[in-house]
Amino acid sequence: MNFDYTEEQTLLDNMVTSFVRDNYDWDTRCNIVKSEEGWKEENWKQFAELGLLGVPFDEAYGGLGGKSADLMIVMEQFGKGLVVEPYLPTVILAGGLISKLGSEEQKNSIIPEIISGKIRCAFAYAEPQSRFDLNDVKTSAVLNGDDYVLNGFKSVVFGAGMASHLIISARTEGEQRSESGITLFIVDTKSEGLTLQNYPTIDEYRASEVIIENLKVSKDNVLGKVNMAYDAIEEIVDISTIAACSEAVGILQVLKDSTTEYCKNRKQFGQSIAKNQVIQHRLVDMMIEYEQAKSILYMAVTADLTNSDERRKAVSAAKARIGKAIKFVGESAIQLHGGMGVVDEYMVSHYFKRATMIGVLFGNTDYHMKRYMTLTQSGISSSDEAISVSVT
Amino acid sequence: MDTAFSNEDLKFQSEIRDFIKTNYPQELRDSINSKRKLGKELSREDLTAWHKILGKHNGWSAPSWPKQYGGAEFTPTQKYIFEQECAKAECQYIMPFGINMVGPVIYTFGNEEQKAQHLPGILSGEVFWCQGYSEPGSGSDLASLKTSAVKEGDHYIVNGQKTWTTMAQYADWIFCLVRTNPDAEKPQQGISFLLIDMKTPGVTVRPIKLMDGSHEVNETWFDNVRVPVENLIGQENMGWTYAKFLLAHERSGIAGVARSKKAIERIKQIASSEMSYGEPLIQDPAFKAKIAAAELELSALEYTELRTLAKDSAGKGPGPESSLLKIKGTDIQQAVTELAMEAVGYYANPHLGTTLSNEYVGPDYATNLSGTYFNFRKASIYGGSNEIQRNIIAKMVLGL
Repeated sequence: MNFDYTEEQTLLDNMVTSFVRDNYDWDTRCNIVKSEEGWKEENWKQFAELGLLGVPFDEAYGGLGGKSADLMIVMEQFGKGLVVEPYLPTVILAGGLISKLGSEEQKNSIIPEIISGKIRCAFAYAEPQSRFDLNDVKTSAVLNGDDYVLNGFKSVVFGAGMASHLIISARTEGEQRSESGITLFIVDTKSEGLTLQNYPTIDEYRASEVIIENLKVSKDNVLGKVNMAYDAIEEIVDISTIAACSEAVGILQVLKDSTTEYCKNRKQFGQSIAKNQVIQHRLVDMMIEYEQAKSILYMAVTADLTNSDERRKAVSAAKARIGKAIKFVGESAIQLHGGMGVVDEYMVSHYFKRATMIGVLFGNTDYHMKRYMTLTQSGISSSDEAISVSVT
Repeated sequence: MDTAFSNEDLKFQSEIRDFIKTNYPQELRDSINSKRKLGKELSREDLTAWHKILGKHNGWSAPSWPKQYGGAEFTPTQKYIFEQECAKAECQYIMPFGINMVGPVIYTFGNEEQKAQHLPGILSGEVFWCQGYSEPGSGSDLASLKTSAVKEGDHYIVNGQKTWTTMAQYADWIFCLVRTNPDAEKPQQGISFLLIDMKTPGVTVRPIKLMDGSHEVNETWFDNVRVPVENLIGQENMGWTYAKFLLAHERSGIAGVARSKKAIERIKQIASSEMSYGEPLIQDPAFKAKIAAAELELSALEYTELRTLAKDSAGKGPGPESSLLKIKGTDIQQAVTELAMEAVGYYANPHLGTTLSNEYVGPDYATNLSGTYFNFRKASIYGGSNEIQRNIIAKMVLGL
């Protein structure tokens, strides 16, 4: 039993760390998020050169064949630098769906393009009424000859404005909330019938509302089997949730460390405020929350993610627990920074905002608590077994 | 990153499982269960029977001890497995005072005679130890202790009072921190580590009753107690070093993860039988959420402990993370004892096993759950209160 990185993982970690150090100092980042585009193409090219865009993809398509632990390493370091380029939407979310469901032809044509950095993708799944329910899909797709015609509305699609392709979930059959009857389509973002309303998010990322009006999609651009996309969506969103949790853990580390440093340096009443026990204990509790968050992330990353029940339980446990840590560490960081905490100019508020929005991403704490409980509620649960299985 | 058990570990796990199945006495299980339910004191035999059985088997009573002193010298992973299996089977836990506390001090700092005299009895469970650290005026501020030891020829004359001496009523020996130099510059510098035979004239033990009515702890008085100088561990006035070593030594199991896991399983069983709003309590959203929250915290803590163990086995040495394990471990223990009490509703009330009533009332599973809740308020206070643990992390980890 060890939690050390392998040699390859150490290299990966060092690589992403130096990328962030060399290319993502605070001023540079501020310029990126203020720019029209909201990301930097040059950085994306560097990701491609470093091989980062291929981390999770199968070697057969030019990827590195990485697992959740490898994505954790990338995302944790991205979290530390608040890297805004759309890695999670493109590589993990859309890329995950294409790897999971794509035909040989689709995989051969799209995955190498993602890995080389030529294209970016985004996944449009949420709708105004769906909240976090992946099965709640009103957007419709009706077969008409060789084309499907899509109509509907997708909410808060991260990275859509930077994407050449969107993957859209639409209902081809069944009731609004039925798990069966959901189909995925890959479409060019410039297609007629697709309108993107782009906007910045509170944490300085970019997202879009996607309006779909009589969008024609060829049968060839269905991803996976018609009506059968739900299981894959849930699985890839789960994997993406672990990635988001990894980013959050990186952010929490920065919040904890920078707040500790700030308190050591900040002087009031003639001494460092870190000399006050009330401050010390708050900092200790931040550190404990960070360690617990990191631990439950490790639990999820080392769980048997190929077993769907195990995966659901591990992911929801991690997201719910890390959500709690985000709130405590984030709010404490702002509080202990005092006036410096609430201003836009100082870094800490930006880390807090990003962490808080990760708290919402793919379902908030309550949402995942409920999912976890539903999975474990039947009296004497198998949780005891589950934990020992994940260790064995 | 690799959390998989090796084949040897898995073999070890089934070996432990089989051993417990074959060797844990049913009479002991029955005796302890019936006393627990009535809130009755466990006997010395109850507390040591399992220790004695393990002591006869490859040093399993002392998982951390080196083989040369008769211990099992388990790897950190093996220790973890051993604790898991013992907790799953609800084995009586081994009293820590000999095995985890004074034993390692003796084999690390004691002389050959002391090792030969004391280690075999600690290992076998024949000799019962207790701890003489705290004093009425020295709780968290342990170094302010006043019990004095004055050298007179080949004896120390010990005078003073220790308190919170757990299970002193059964103890054969006590290890004590005593003040040998009242004029030392710093209070830590005048302290020595003494082993004292409880049968020595002048030693008096008086029970302290806890709020659940249990008798676990005592006051121990020393009135001109003559202790042979050969019972001094290491050097005079160096006792604080040994005391600190002792406190940091045993980290494995400090969080009590395996036992809390078992306790949550028990609560789920209880909550499946208890009814609320016409449904099993386990279906109640508020109660269910509290169980789930405890499970998540425990799952995180389990991996915090595993990370610590993995660091240990890689030889990276112990750190002050034990304070984190203590804080979170006791938080969860307290949350779990509270949930258990909450689960039984009105049947939290009966206080059985007193001189006023000796009969069972209510469901079998409900007895003494409130007693355990009240008893466990001690967990965040003993062993260095959780506030002191935060001070330690603030200083040692965060550098404040």
